[in-house]
Amino acid sequence: MAMPFAESPPARERDRLLETWETAPGLYGWLATVDHKRIGIRYMCTAFFFLIAGGVEALAMRVQLAEANLHLISPDAYAQLFSMHAITMIFLYALPVLSGFSNFLWPLLLGSRDMAFPRVNALSYWVYLCAGVFFYAGVPLGRAPNAGWFSFVPLTSKPYNPGLNIDVFTLGIIFLGISTVVGSANFVVTLLRCRAPGMSVNRLPILVWGTLTASVANLFAVPAVSLACFMLWLDRHFSTNFFTVSGGGQTLLWQHLFWAFGHPWVYALVLPAMGIVSDALPVFCRRPLVGYTLVAISTVATMLIGFGVWVHHMFATGLPVVALSFFSAASFVIAIPSAIAVFAWIATIWTGRPRFDTPFLFFAGFVLLFVIGGVSGFMTASVALDWQLTQTYFIVAHIHYVLLGMNVFPVVGGIYYWFPKFTGRILDERLGKWTFWVMFVGFNLAFFPMHIVGLIGMPRRVYTYPAGMGFDGYNLASSIGAFIFAFGTLLLLINIVRSLQSGERAGPNPWDAPTLEWSTPSPPPPYNFLAIPIVASRHPLWEDRLKETDERSVLASGVFLDEGKKTLGVTALDAEADAVISMPGDSLLPVILALAISLVFAGMLVTNWWAVGLGAAVVLITLFLWTTPVVASGPEREEVRG
Amino acid sequence: MKRLCAAIGAALSLGGCEAAPLGYLGPAGPAARVLASLGWGLLIISAVVCLIVLALLIFAMARRRPPEDSTLGGGNDRAAIRWIIGGAGFSTLVLLGAAIWTLWAAQTVTNASTPAGLTIDVTGHQWWWEARYQSDDRSREFTTADELVIPVGVPVQVNLRSNDVIHTFWVPRLAGKTDTIPGVTNRTRIQADKPGIYRGQCSEYCGLEHAHMAFFVVAVARDRFNAWWDRQLQAATYEPSNQGQQVFLDKCAACHAVRGLSAGGILGPDLSHFGSRKTIGAGALENTPENLAYWIDHTQIVKPGAKMPSLDLPSDQVKSVVDYLERLK
Amino acid sequence: MADVSYIPANLPTEGRGLRSTGWWGMLCLIATEAILFAYLIFSYAYLGAQTPGPWPPTGPPSMRLAGPDTIILLVSSFTLLWGVLAFERRRSRVALAIALAVTWILGAIFVAIQGLEWRDKPFSFDSNSYSAIYFTLTGVHMAHVVFGLLILAALFVWSLMGRLGGRHQHLTLGAYYWHFVDTVWIVVFITIYLVPRL
Repeated sequence: MAMPFAESPPARERDRLLETWETAPGLYGWLATVDHKRIGIRYMCTAFFFLIAGGVEALAMRVQLAEANLHLISPDAYAQLFSMHAITMIFLYALPVLSGFSNFLWPLLLGSRDMAFPRVNALSYWVYLCAGVFFYAGVPLGRAPNAGWFSFVPLTSKPYNPGLNIDVFTLGIIFLGISTVVGSANFVVTLLRCRAPGMSVNRLPILVWGTLTASVANLFAVPAVSLACFMLWLDRHFSTNFFTVSGGGQTLLWQHLFWAFGHPWVYALVLPAMGIVSDALPVFCRRPLVGYTLVAISTVATMLIGFGVWVHHMFATGLPVVALSFFSAASFVIAIPSAIAVFAWIATIWTGRPRFDTPFLFFAGFVLLFVIGGVSGFMTASVALDWQLTQTYFIVAHIHYVLLGMNVFPVVGGIYYWFPKFTGRILDERLGKWTFWVMFVGFNLAFFPMHIVGLIGMPRRVYTYPAGMGFDGYNLASSIGAFIFAFGTLLLLINIVRSLQSGERAGPNPWDAPTLEWSTPSPPPPYNFLAIPIVASRHPLWEDRLKETDERSVLASGVFLDEGKKTLGVTALDAEADAVISMPGDSLLPVILALAISLVFAGMLVTNWWAVGLGAAVVLITLFLWTTPVVASGPEREEVRG
Repeated sequence: MKRLCAAIGAALSLGGCEAAPLGYLGPAGPAARVLASLGWGLLIISAVVCLIVLALLIFAMARRRPPEDSTLGGGNDRAAIRWIIGGAGFSTLVLLGAAIWTLWAAQTVTNASTPAGLTIDVTGHQWWWEARYQSDDRSREFTTADELVIPVGVPVQVNLRSNDVIHTFWVPRLAGKTDTIPGVTNRTRIQADKPGIYRGQCSEYCGLEHAHMAFFVVAVARDRFNAWWDRQLQAATYEPSNQGQQVFLDKCAACHAVRGLSAGGILGPDLSHFGSRKTIGAGALENTPENLAYWIDHTQIVKPGAKMPSLDLPSDQVKSVVDYLERLK
Repeated sequence: MADVSYIPANLPTEGRGLRSTGWWGMLCLIATEAILFAYLIFSYAYLGAQTPGPWPPTGPPSMRLAGPDTIILLVSSFTLLWGVLAFERRRSRVALAIALAVTWILGAIFVAIQGLEWRDKPFSFDSNSYSAIYFTLTGVHMAHVVFGLLILAALFVWSLMGRLGGRHQHLTLGAYYWHFVDTVWIVVFITIYLVPRL
């Protein structure tokens, strides 16, 4: 297939598109951009910053735990460390990094010029950044959240936790939830409306399936934790009795609401990353994914079942065994779609022709780590066995195998894969292979022993442990492994910095990959596609060689839509073009709104109602300006084929 | 088979013997035995699955293929899809088996068909354990802390409450975990099949000194248990000339109780018969006179954040009160 | 064969039909807010199921104010519907402005009456778990009504400025929000006032 516009690219259209779509220069443009690619990169960079912060917190803990009875870190500081580590990784890194990938890639994968709501996209980033800063506001005061990322009552009620710590937590969660919800809505609507003609649902890349599933789930899950945090904030400040036993409150209400959110959330953290692997691994096996339909269905099935297992976090609470058994059974069932996906990936490698480049190493490593994390999850799904395993380091091992194995490893592989598209440079391959092996060895050395030390009874969330329990050697190994893994992360950062400056320059498709983003220059121009593609298969750039069908995607001519800032709207299932959608230009409203929301939450944190009122007023004014319709004008229909 | 697992387990120090006091794969009671079998079974299945997948991955990557050509792969995926569905089907069978075994184990462990021979009310506090032994004869009930003596071979019902936040009562070698939740009374059962000292540990983050909230279940023969109970009921006698006791009444009685004295403090652990306990501070230190002296003067160094302040008494007072407490056997 | 002729020569500029991005966006907002109320009602039911004794502890709440209040809110949905239809069919800006004003007044009366009901309750926010969930459930709903009043006010301003109609969907979407708030109230009303009487 000829690359688009190999001869005589239409200069006039290109210039007009560039002028309409390019972000304004300078500070104004930096604050006001609505370009999904710039927002995506911001998400990824900010998420990596928080990954490092969370990693430093982890290394501090590993130093304290390297030997028995160390007293390098006080129990109060340790509690803040393990809480901030989890909050940072689970809320400020794991989902945002995937939002970053999806933000950058979705319009390119789908054949569109931007997301459905570009200003909302910018808003979701600014709110995330402000909420992240808000979470860390307690750190310099020594009042960071200190009761884990799950903040069980009554430990987090006012009598047992009078300081600001838990107020930072409850308000921070509600604050961050705004970003998650608007971001999720953006993905859902983009999928339904903003695709290239012909990009029907059975041609969507699996990353799109994964992020879509996670986004729908977030819309339904986030309100549970926002409500729980709001109730806790009320208990703490207005002496209500949601959770206070003496007033008729129920301790377990917190856990039900929290885990009703928490469990779907952890699937939202891994399903898009599994989609990264499902899309990128086949490129390095020189063949399409085996069992596309099965993998797409298993993605949705996992999320659906994921709403029905939350009580497996509450197996030791004394609930009736009959109820617990239902949730245990559901927790076993959820492994079935995962098994399908694992076999699909292995089959892709088996029937393909693997190229052992760095991304492939991360994806193959991911499959193994997925399975290890999966079987430890299988063991904890058993309600009876969980009565021994829960709250031990076995769980710590499980969560790190699933979170690093199923989020970090695909993310790093995805960075090696898409770095050329993001930046126009290729990451150094030799350093990349070193990075993989250091990370892989370090990760397994750090976390595999935790299975064992959990099986011999080491509890979690302890700032130290006595000698003579059998824990010592394993903990030392874990601490060493953690530092090795951190070194691997450092290698990755070095590779990124060096390659940005002097890495090999990339053409449009350095990996010879099949999907639409590889038909654009690297990095893509602000308008993504000179002509909106017309899609004929799942693998537009491989059609000539796969010969699965006679149909061919059209990338080199067609619909320019170069008057004004526009993209095509399509029907939801079959992606038939049905409208021309106008996109907004640069705007300062998102960052202003985010700052106003920050003022509201900061005011609530220190119970300064004037600040809250002022912030709320600015919020309302900004919303009014944002939604005010422009003068109703313009034609009812537009010419699209010129 | 059991002995082989025990041998491997011991080799990996999973065996719950001296090397791993909290190791539940080395069970010492009927409930723990059911869970340990299940644990070994699922662990072995898990290990086999991982090895199979590792082997498939290596083979998939390393297998010989015809020489390189530039065509892309693909084509007849029907066979591959059949393998995927077959693999998923086989996994489903394994999952079904594990689920059935799990449900059986859960029912067995929670089924209280044999009546309990003893009931103890345990209340979790930040960061120690209160235990009140129940009896049909109310005059034979008593309170102790951090150490539960039980008779061998007798099912013991433990009623679980919390004084403050959520804790978890866990004696790994005897039974699984059950939370103590404010406002709720949970129930669990423990039974030891052989004499021994079984360590317990709080297993729900409950604040600063969660890491130091251990307890011990001491299983002894029936007659020794009866003798122990009788001794627990013996009250201390008031000795006005005993300096240690005076120090105790002055400095400690506000929070600690000793049966027979006017010391009736309920904020801290009951210290009647403290001298016979194996540890100080819910497992923080071994119970020796030197350690007790250190504990009294340096509580906040041993267990920073504990509700007991470091008392920093003059050394003669410390010596006398230590002496007194250690004689409360 | 996929080629350019697949795409019609001209296409509607978006916003006219039902399935615009804004329409789906409002649907997402309504979905997530609806689930919030579902979790609130779950909490109400859970606290009730776990509390020994009668629920509500002071007996079924009086409908003396809540009953008429409910009717007022339902009528407001009809006045809004009338105004929207009048505008869509006859382009009558006057009818729309009147309808928006009347709806706004009815909504404000709803809020005021509910405030009176709150004041007359035999318990306060910090009394017990029932009072906590009662005030929070009705209060979160009231907050949504207040936000709806702001939306109605904005629509009123925009209608006077002549900015509604054409390809803008603000009126339709704002009306959806108001109808959503009304529908939620029906569910809340049944939960709090009718279910205890069953």
